[in-house]
Amino acid sequence: MSYRIEVNGQFINCPVETTVLLAMKRQGIKCLPAGCCAGGCGICKVRVLEGTYETKVMSRAQVSLEEESQGIALACRIVPSSDLKIERIK
Amino acid sequence: MRKGVIRPGHIQLRVMDMEEALKHYRDLIGLIEVNRDDQGRVYLKGWTEVDKFSLVLRESDTPGMDFMGFKVLNEDTLNSLQQALVKFGCEVSELPAGELDGCGRRVRFIAPTGHLFELYAEKEQTGKWGISDVNPDAWPLDLTGMKAERFDHCLLFGPDVKATHKLFTEVLGFDLAEQVVDPEGNLAAAFMSVGMKAHDIAFVECPEPNKLHHVSFLLETWENLLKAADLLTMTNTTKDVGPTRHGLTHGKTIYFFDPSGNRNEVFAGGDYHYPDHPAVTWKAEDLGKAIFYHELEIHDTYLSVLT
Repeated sequence: MSYRIEVNGQFINCPVETTVLLAMKRQGIKCLPAGCCAGGCGICKVRVLEGTYETKVMSRAQVSLEEESQGIALACRIVPSSDLKIERIK
Repeated sequence: MRKGVIRPGHIQLRVMDMEEALKHYRDLIGLIEVNRDDQGRVYLKGWTEVDKFSLVLRESDTPGMDFMGFKVLNEDTLNSLQQALVKFGCEVSELPAGELDGCGRRVRFIAPTGHLFELYAEKEQTGKWGISDVNPDAWPLDLTGMKAERFDHCLLFGPDVKATHKLFTEVLGFDLAEQVVDPEGNLAAAFMSVGMKAHDIAFVECPEPNKLHHVSFLLETWENLLKAADLLTMTNTTKDVGPTRHGLTHGKTIYFFDPSGNRNEVFAGGDYHYPDHPAVTWKAEDLGKAIFYHELEIHDTYLSVLT
């Protein structure tokens, strides 16, 4: 089973219990920049526009609690629980 | 001219999950866990290191480097360097012996790049791990993972590398072993050594202060690096680049990330430096060759992914 993730008009198939960024890398798609892939560097910061998800631990220097409550997260930490629509934050 | 600084002695890193960090630094890189303190910090070292510890991990909600420490010859040296740092204009403070378990009094200062450094003269010596001081064997049994030999150096990013270079060379007695110079003649990167190694500390110019690019651990051979890369794949660890060779220092290298996003390096070999050697110069316009001698180009995230 996998979820369909739309990122700025491109699509990723994200298997369950997989982060959006890891799914992207495995499919050879480059719609988001990949850095540390561990929630530390912040280069894959996105806003989730539609859908539900869990997040793994993220650096508070990159995503504040307030941002997190507004749907902002690091793609390397997002584990979808539905199809998602997200956009990159530069 | 040397001023009594011996070597990089320790680094304290922030990690977001201690157990995940220990699986990485202890089980994968192969450092030895030697202690835990009442603040919850975990102390580790490479097996060849004689002093008790060289890596301290502290759990935090933000990854990065707390500080890096250098060992100096003795208390007299520590006192004279403390005065020299104040005279240079640094903000200098002190921590008492025992704040890091097994370490003596530490004199701290902030470099122009925004990084916190410290000097100390005393640290408990427990000897190389797993082998005797007398008739020592070549290496200990029971090492794990990459079997890293020691904490070796750091690359740090921040503003005013020129002033930081002046501080490290004129006050602390480091040599400029290698440099990157831009077309206008400005110092874009400084690789400095306090002994014969190609570098003990390196800085790259960057507007944002106090950033960690990587912390590096020594392996013995190219073959060890190849096996280390195998282990990265086997453990689903995010690799940045390598195995390959640097232009700068000509060391063989792999970059990868810890579970909090701090970049690590394992490396082997590389050039040596004597105090009378002039600095090796790399042109900023040839930075691809300087950093990745085989690829000849720098991937997008190498200079921008920092903690």
